[in-house]
Amino acid sequence: MGLLEETANDILSGDDPWPALEESGLALVGVPEEAGGSGGDPADAAAVLRAAGYHAAAVPLAETLLAGGLLAGAGLRVPQGVLTAVSGEVEAVEDRGGWTLTGTFRRVPWARSARGLVVLGNGLAAIVDPAHARIREGANVAGEPRDDVVLPGVRAEAAAPCTADAAELRRRGALARAVQLTGAMRRALDLAVRYAGEREQFGRPVGRFQAVQQMLAELAGEATVADVAVRAAVRAPGDPVAVAAAKANASRAAGTVAAIAHQVHGALGVTEEHVLRRVTLRLWSWRDEYGNETAWADDLGAAIAGAPDPWAFITGP
Amino acid sequence: MVATPTVLEPGALPPGAAELRSRVREFLAETPFTARCDSWLTGADPAFSRRLGERGWLGMTLPERYGGHGRSPLERFVVIEELLAAGAPVGAHWIADRQTGPSVLANGTEEQKERFLPAIARGECFFAIGMSEPDSGSDLASVRTRAKRDGDGWRLHGTKVWTSGAHIAHAILVLARSAPRSDDRHAGLSQFIVALPDERVTIRPIRGLASEHHFNEVVLDGVFVPGSMVLGRIGDGWRQVTAELAYERSGPERLLSTFMLVRLLHGRAPDAAARRALGGLTARLWSLRQASLAVAGALARGDTPELPAALVKDLGTRFEREVVEAARAHAGVEPDLGSPDPLARALAESVVQAPGFTLRGGTNEILRGIVARGLGVR
Repeated sequence: MGLLEETANDILSGDDPWPALEESGLALVGVPEEAGGSGGDPADAAAVLRAAGYHAAAVPLAETLLAGGLLAGAGLRVPQGVLTAVSGEVEAVEDRGGWTLTGTFRRVPWARSARGLVVLGNGLAAIVDPAHARIREGANVAGEPRDDVVLPGVRAEAAAPCTADAAELRRRGALARAVQLTGAMRRALDLAVRYAGEREQFGRPVGRFQAVQQMLAELAGEATVADVAVRAAVRAPGDPVAVAAAKANASRAAGTVAAIAHQVHGALGVTEEHVLRRVTLRLWSWRDEYGNETAWADDLGAAIAGAPDPWAFITGP
Repeated sequence: MVATPTVLEPGALPPGAAELRSRVREFLAETPFTARCDSWLTGADPAFSRRLGERGWLGMTLPERYGGHGRSPLERFVVIEELLAAGAPVGAHWIADRQTGPSVLANGTEEQKERFLPAIARGECFFAIGMSEPDSGSDLASVRTRAKRDGDGWRLHGTKVWTSGAHIAHAILVLARSAPRSDDRHAGLSQFIVALPDERVTIRPIRGLASEHHFNEVVLDGVFVPGSMVLGRIGDGWRQVTAELAYERSGPERLLSTFMLVRLLHGRAPDAAARRALGGLTARLWSLRQASLAVAGALARGDTPELPAALVKDLGTRFEREVVEAARAHAGVEPDLGSPDPLARALAESVVQAPGFTLRGGTNEILRGIVARGLGVR
């Protein structure tokens, strides 16, 4: 394990890790230093995000990394603090050398906690203060904030032309969630393997039963294949096929992994004290966010149907 | 943090892979052949194999001094995945190229290397695997074929089954018991190279579900094997066979046996439901291919990724069946081996071959057992 992963694990395994993530700069890893980030490459950001998934940490890390990256990409300064990004129907009016934004956005992650809302639309990236927005609080099944946000004509703190659009935000969001999913799946595997070795029934650890071993092997298979595919996509974050395939597969795997992990744990896994519930509730949430396996299958299906050779579509150039 | 030993780093294709890939595609476009599902088992075409040999695409990883090409396993990965995805008839040379060649290189004598490796690389020497027996399938260590000392050589008695391509092979690599069974059931096994044909070796077809012939029963009735044709060390057979099986698992042939169906379905102007299905298969195949590539990369670095290889084969072979189900749902044709419609034919080929996908090279249940042991629960 590298130093970065070690630090990330130390921080993310603790209670209330967000202040330490900010202080250490991990909250903006992968965002260029010139823009106010901590530097590093996408693999560094993925390592931290994977650790956050592994520890099922309730932190707006994916959101801050994503929004910070978009600001930096538009040449804007990235502030400290929680950030989150949205796109959609945005009305942007330029006056007195600034921009005023109007729009409604559904299920915005961590909007209520954000210091800055990064809005993409009309070829612009803008940052606004959510204090001026109307926020209706909502949540995913893991209890992570997913708020509806109305901007009733809010003046942007800063804005700049930006090539990233709604599709790009969806793609980057999908890759981030896919990384989180793989971290959480790895945790589900570790928990299930450990429990199967400890829990005794009929006079032996349940992991001694072939039926349980076969399930654990399937869990390991899904978690491992999803992980390597997502790692490959992180190396090619601009490749739409890679990201779509990796997210679709990770979303599909998440359901199998969660079901097996609970089956192995018996009823114990659902209890409030058990860490497994924090993991699986996130698996069931993240697999649907930024496009689930069906949504991405539709994307890929449309693209491959229009490609001359389906095999070349899969291998790439 | 990570307690389970299953993290795989993605495999990166070497520089020149794209160029190599396009040369294979050009070759496939200009070379006539009969494309079929599961072509690495059922598509034997010795002339096609020799043409691959002429191109330098057999024995790619073998050293040049043995007629090989000194290429990396990842370059071989590119070539074989292109051939498989096209349904090209690679069955004749498949076993020699995939596992016997590397095994002879690793364990063989100088004489054996000089005799077999250049011929394998030319596509002129095909091998069969003599492992399974009527009473030994998953439990390979229980083989009963006996090797008895005879002068400076050995005589083999026993029966091998499910021996793919034995009827066209130039040699068979037989796993036999050279010493009585002891408490260590993995001890006392050895590998012998038997040149074919031989009057003391009877090869009879075992027909498949479509009555097709690629499997055989091979009866060894005291065939003589000179001492010079023992592969590796007497008594070291189990270790050698286990190492050989690593080449057998998790290659692209564990994902692509039914890819022809994807190709054909794609060519039929798919409707929205079929496009969604194609998209789902694409996502899965893309991901499994990354895993297969990662295992190939690990093998190329000299690692022995036994656990990842086993789990990739488990998921990959089940994916091959998933393709069949998707094709059934969206092809709008019934499976028919004799149909003029290539999609109906490929569907039929896939349906009848599908039971084998999760049996050959170690059943999926055995593979999951290997994974469970790697996880520490077994």
